[in-house]
Amino acid sequence: MKPINHVAGTAIPFGAKNVDTDVIIPAHWLKTITREGLGKGAFEAIRAEEGNIFDTERNKGAPILIAGDNFGCGSSREHAAWALLDMGITCVIAPSFSDIFSGNAFKNGILTVVLPQEAIDRLLVVAVDQPIDVDLESQTVTTPFQDRFSFEIDPFRKHCLLGGLDEVGLTLSRDAAIKQHEAKIAADLPFLATASAA
Amino acid sequence: MTGPKTLYEKIWDAHTVESRDDGTSLIWIDRHLVHEVTSPQAFEALRAAGRKVRRPDLTLAVPDHNLPTTARRDAAGHRIAIKDPQSAQQLAALEINAPEFGIRLIGDADREQGIVHVVGPEQGFSLPGATIVCGDSHTACHGGLGALAFGIGTSEVEHVLATQTLQLKRSKTMEVRVEGELGAGVTAKDLVLHICGTLGASGGTGYVIEYTGSAIRNLSVEGRLTVSNMAIEHGARAGLIAPDEKTFAYVQGRPYAPKGADWDKAVAWWKSLTTDAGAVYDKVVVIDAADIAPTVTWGTSPEDTVAIGGVVPAPESFADPSKQEAARKSLAYMGLTPGQKMTDVEVQNVFIGSCTNSRIEDMRAAAAIVKGRRKADNVRWAIVVPGSGLVKEQAEAEGLDKIFIEAGLEWREPGCSACLAMNPDKVPSGERCASTSNRNFVGRQGPGARTHLVSPAMAAAAAVTGHLTDAREFLA
Repeated sequence: MKPINHVAGTAIPFGAKNVDTDVIIPAHWLKTITREGLGKGAFEAIRAEEGNIFDTERNKGAPILIAGDNFGCGSSREHAAWALLDMGITCVIAPSFSDIFSGNAFKNGILTVVLPQEAIDRLLVVAVDQPIDVDLESQTVTTPFQDRFSFEIDPFRKHCLLGGLDEVGLTLSRDAAIKQHEAKIAADLPFLATASAA
Repeated sequence: MTGPKTLYEKIWDAHTVESRDDGTSLIWIDRHLVHEVTSPQAFEALRAAGRKVRRPDLTLAVPDHNLPTTARRDAAGHRIAIKDPQSAQQLAALEINAPEFGIRLIGDADREQGIVHVVGPEQGFSLPGATIVCGDSHTACHGGLGALAFGIGTSEVEHVLATQTLQLKRSKTMEVRVEGELGAGVTAKDLVLHICGTLGASGGTGYVIEYTGSAIRNLSVEGRLTVSNMAIEHGARAGLIAPDEKTFAYVQGRPYAPKGADWDKAVAWWKSLTTDAGAVYDKVVVIDAADIAPTVTWGTSPEDTVAIGGVVPAPESFADPSKQEAARKSLAYMGLTPGQKMTDVEVQNVFIGSCTNSRIEDMRAAAAIVKGRRKADNVRWAIVVPGSGLVKEQAEAEGLDKIFIEAGLEWREPGCSACLAMNPDKVPSGERCASTSNRNFVGRQGPGARTHLVSPAMAAAAAVTGHLTDAREFLA
């Protein structure tokens, strides 16, 4: 994944709550065998409407999305993260995210920023005509009006996002520890250690 | 960690390869189920990096999402081509990837084929105490056996294929205790829909939920799978139900189940998989089973539940302004009016199936309602999709297929089907479906489709009357 630190620019003041992954990318888009090109299907039902928030001259290609509580709930489809990336969105700000979505976003270098609802409400107002600035290193979201909101992020995720690190590669470097555990399971829990339909 | 532990903590600790200071642990994965939708990009990434699958023997591949539920072979045994070229391509990719990486593939026309979450437990591949993952959020299902099972994204699928581990943070723990007896005609599905309504769609976010209490213990293993399946619908990544004698009896003798001395060792360990007295959950929610009625959804989130005897709520009845707004949108999409009785809501479609409700007990419950009756004329389309080829065989051996067909319902081949409409089984725009699946999201069963989540008995009752109906009217 690409390293990410600073995201600044237009933020789409979407604000909706419980935005599920079927809304982000409907199931018929999941038939692809690549990760590319899903931006066309992103928020398909909403974007079918004339004058929708995603396709205005100002918001098209915006790097930031501001959403409501429980963003990305529902299915495990990583296509939701790929669709956002393909639209140009590299940062989503919301009061909360579904666990699976935030993991998928992280693995694709999308920054998910959790802020309290009051901060979200303020950003939704500001973002209508002003840019938003998100800085991962200092863990802050700022606006041109001196608003400054700090956010928390898991240190491991921050480290990986800043460095654009390949998690599979990191884990493979722990091979000795994995082998040791594998041997322990084989000794203690042999019925889990292998699977055979024989 | 010493001292009393919850069930979740016991499974977590047994699978921890190593823990880092930042709170992340490397967790060993015992079983990995793979289907055609969320795996192609993972295999492609392995290929690009020249990586192998670390433990193909702990991995099992089954196509389910895209498969049509009509015949897959003609009379001569030749494959019937799948019309949608993208579905066909995705299925073909799995048929190439699985053997290339040494993974067993249960093929589209094999008798064991079915929905991954039906196949795993049915084959004994899913076991109590195991860590089980799949690129599908309803992997939570296997928690009904007492396994720590959860859905993962495609990058994690790749990670598990390559390393047989995942980098995870320990979740918070929640106990949802359901005490008392469920009323006659109230099922596991009603119970879990009621929990969705109580906790809300994000109430379980960040938690692994252990379902406890007499009402949970009294459920059959299949009923427990139904409950745990929908843990994700209240935001929890995984659900857990402590394994007991019923669980052991369910697992014993299945193809992948441990045998001989391994079986005895397994049962001895499984018996230790209960939450210790004195262990503390981060949150506890207590529900009285007597409060649970046959339950339906009215809106476009699984939290939008109401007892079948109730009415469509008014948006203003919700305290949270954002929920009021969401309810207004839901009602507009669903074409419902506040105050309307749920039993007055007509349905044109009925879907009995999905990883939530497609096991043999679900088939029996639905058949018991439609037996000797006819589908209502206004019900245009009613399909019954067994969860696997083996469920289908069993149902046919019991004559359930004939009961459905005589009642005017269609009896189909196994797969995910109209739960998410990736295959040709779709609900037309603007029409309603009484569905035994798990999500009533906007467009889930097809663009513009209106979904009411219900139990198999309730779906069958709706098929007979043509409107949402209290299945208890058909009892006795």
